[in-house]
Amino acid sequence: MSLGPFAGFIWAAYGVTALVIAGLIAWLIFDGRRQARALAALEKLGIKRRSE
Amino acid sequence: MRMTGHKPTLLQSLANPTRFMALSERVLPWLAVATVVVMAIGLYQAFVVSPPDYQQGQTVKIMYVHVPCAWLAMAAYLTVAASSFGLLVFRHPLADVSARAAAPIGAAFTLLALVTGSLWGKPMWGTYWVWDARLTSMLLLFFLYLGLIALRSSVEDEAAAAKLTAILALVGVSLLPVIKFSVEWWTTLHQPSTRFTTTLDASFRVPLLINALGFTLLFACLHIKAMRNEVMRRRVRSLQLMAVRQASLGGQPPARVS
Repeated sequence: MSLGPFAGFIWAAYGVTALVIAGLIAWLIFDGRRQARALAALEKLGIKRRSE
Repeated sequence: MRMTGHKPTLLQSLANPTRFMALSERVLPWLAVATVVVMAIGLYQAFVVSPPDYQQGQTVKIMYVHVPCAWLAMAAYLTVAASSFGLLVFRHPLADVSARAAAPIGAAFTLLALVTGSLWGKPMWGTYWVWDARLTSMLLLFFLYLGLIALRSSVEDEAAAAKLTAILALVGVSLLPVIKFSVEWWTTLHQPSTRFTTTLDASFRVPLLINALGFTLLFACLHIKAMRNEVMRRRVRSLQLMAVRQASLGGQPPARVS
């Protein structure tokens, strides 16, 4: 597949998009794990919400 | 007096964070699979099916990421604004969670729209950047997102921060019509808005629509995941406060949980 004389611009556009999306996904997954760990640690101490 | 049975609307039933967490836990994996499938089809359409444009050549492929990112930059802002309205008017328990979760994702898509637009502009216009109305208003949208994020983190009282951010978000809505109609109101280097059925041939329209759907599904996934994280973060904070209260009543130092 030939992308012509401006292939570098096309790959750069797709590359930066993939990088930013991957960064967002990684941040959300790590943040979710961190919150879940903190929640589990608090509940292990016997601290629970009133509704539980 | 006996209360009569009241069936909550879908929005009311989703207002409960616990119900939202249970529902989103079931929906998110399916949504993620649908996103991966549609985005893979979109990439195939962009790189294999789509022909080169008679003027732009292969750089038309940049349009398949640039247009969805630009559309999501504005759609994410509408999400922030609608959620802010929900917080200020209806005091919807998940409204602020939604607004806070959408802002950084919207900022990321705005940045992508600006960068991919520049990467298209250099080979087509001969320059990465011009201070024309469309480009400048998109840059302002990016700064507005950053302003919302900065304002929220600069106010210690979370309830006050939520209200202030919501007001700024609603004021900022006035930027959206400026972005949308900038190419008609002023003479710009940026081309007019794409009319999907009249100005775009089907060989470009189909890949663009599939990519737009894929990116929209991606935004839905990221937003739901960010909302789930925010609900958990608020639960952690309220449990930490309870721990401090219990410790001060019982005379024991609170255990540190990061």
